[in-house]
Amino acid sequence: MDQTQNQAKIKEFLSRFFKNHDLQPEEDIFALGFVNSLLAMQLVAFVEKEFGIQVADEDLDLDNFRSIRAISSLIDRKTGAPA
Amino acid sequence: MNLELTAGQRQKRSEYRAFAAAEIAPHAGRWDREEKIPAELVGKLREQGYLGSLLSRELGGGRTDMITYGLLTEEVARACSSVRSLLTVHDMVAHAIQRWGSRELKDRYLPSMARGELLGALALSEPNAGSDAKSVETTATEDGDSWVIEGRKKWTTFGQIAGLFLVFAQVTDKPAAFLVERETPGLTVKPLRGITGTRASMLAELFFEGCRIPKGHLVGRVGFGISHVAAAALEQGRYSVAWGSVGIAQACLDACRSYAADRRQFGVPLADHQLVRRMLTDMIVDVRAARLLCLRAGGLRESGDPGAFMETMAAKYFASRVAVRAANDAVQIHGANGISEDYPVNRYLRDAKVMEIIEGSTQIQQITIPLFEFQEF
Repeated sequence: MDQTQNQAKIKEFLSRFFKNHDLQPEEDIFALGFVNSLLAMQLVAFVEKEFGIQVADEDLDLDNFRSIRAISSLIDRKTGAPA
Repeated sequence: MNLELTAGQRQKRSEYRAFAAAEIAPHAGRWDREEKIPAELVGKLREQGYLGSLLSRELGGGRTDMITYGLLTEEVARACSSVRSLLTVHDMVAHAIQRWGSRELKDRYLPSMARGELLGALALSEPNAGSDAKSVETTATEDGDSWVIEGRKKWTTFGQIAGLFLVFAQVTDKPAAFLVERETPGLTVKPLRGITGTRASMLAELFFEGCRIPKGHLVGRVGFGISHVAAAALEQGRYSVAWGSVGIAQACLDACRSYAADRRQFGVPLADHQLVRRMLTDMIVDVRAARLLCLRAGGLRESGDPGAFMETMAAKYFASRVAVRAANDAVQIHGANGISEDYPVNRYLRDAKVMEIIEGSTQIQQITIPLFEFQEF
């Protein structure tokens, strides 16, 4: 699955939480103010289930989850996909 | 989602039920009065593989599936909620380490936790911090290759016998989680007695005074102690408590079934009185509904579905309230016998009330569940 497909899936998931907002790949989801601890854990579960990766302790960095592109990059690194 | 048990799950349930009936239920009243469970029982739980049963086989655990784990929790709680508490807190800590611990911490602690040789306990609550977990006052300060912990924890379930504590503390106002071994200098464990329910769960207060632990005992990263590490532990705890609440409610139903059939008033068995029958009906239906919610949450957790968080919370919320309702009615059906120590229903009522307080109170669930429901538009 390429980055474009990954980003589309991430956007589809996040868009459920950002009503009436066309979330852009670089947009800071924390700055938008909708991320709480409920979404934080669901986001980890979504990424793991959807992309078959294991988010580990060293990945606990807000910058890894700050935007669609950041999450996509994390997935690429975890799966060893070319950047 | 298929909510029917497999043949293997039914077989395990029979095994759990037989163990609980033989080794736990006959003694639960005495343990409740003595406010402790014996070391021999912990040994038997260990031999059966009931401690750390969610951990993977590579680590020495049984890695039961989520539904089977729920059945174990229900059957143990049906006999004794205090013993269920031991499984709950041990698995909460093991789950948090497995989820967010470093490779080093996993290798060091999880194999012995999977074998049940090392018991885990969660040190989150404090005298001034309960539901508002982010406001814990315990601190951790970096000092060379160590963290130095200062502060006090309260209501630590099985703190009296645990060998490893998952401790939550502030690092310059950012929450973080740490593993502290029982024998660490600077940690003092004081038994806490006289609680209303789950009286044999061997609560403790923990005092940290210059308690120095290795740098590598940080679980997860600083700033993620509550949002991810505690959240993972509490989510596991809620799942366990939800099933445990079903166990209490089922125990109430069991007790009332025989009592209402045998006890006669006004010339007929209690069960022939319509108002008693109404209470029995509520109990019967509530137990079924709560169990179904637990099964659904378990199915989602097993598949790693993000929706599991909401469903687990809903199951815990409903099941804990069911347990209180069922126990309250069970005492009522038993009349004066219900408030004596000669019948277990008074213990069930005291234990059930605890279910509404731990791992997120009923009121916290009432605040949070609508947030889950309405976060998706």
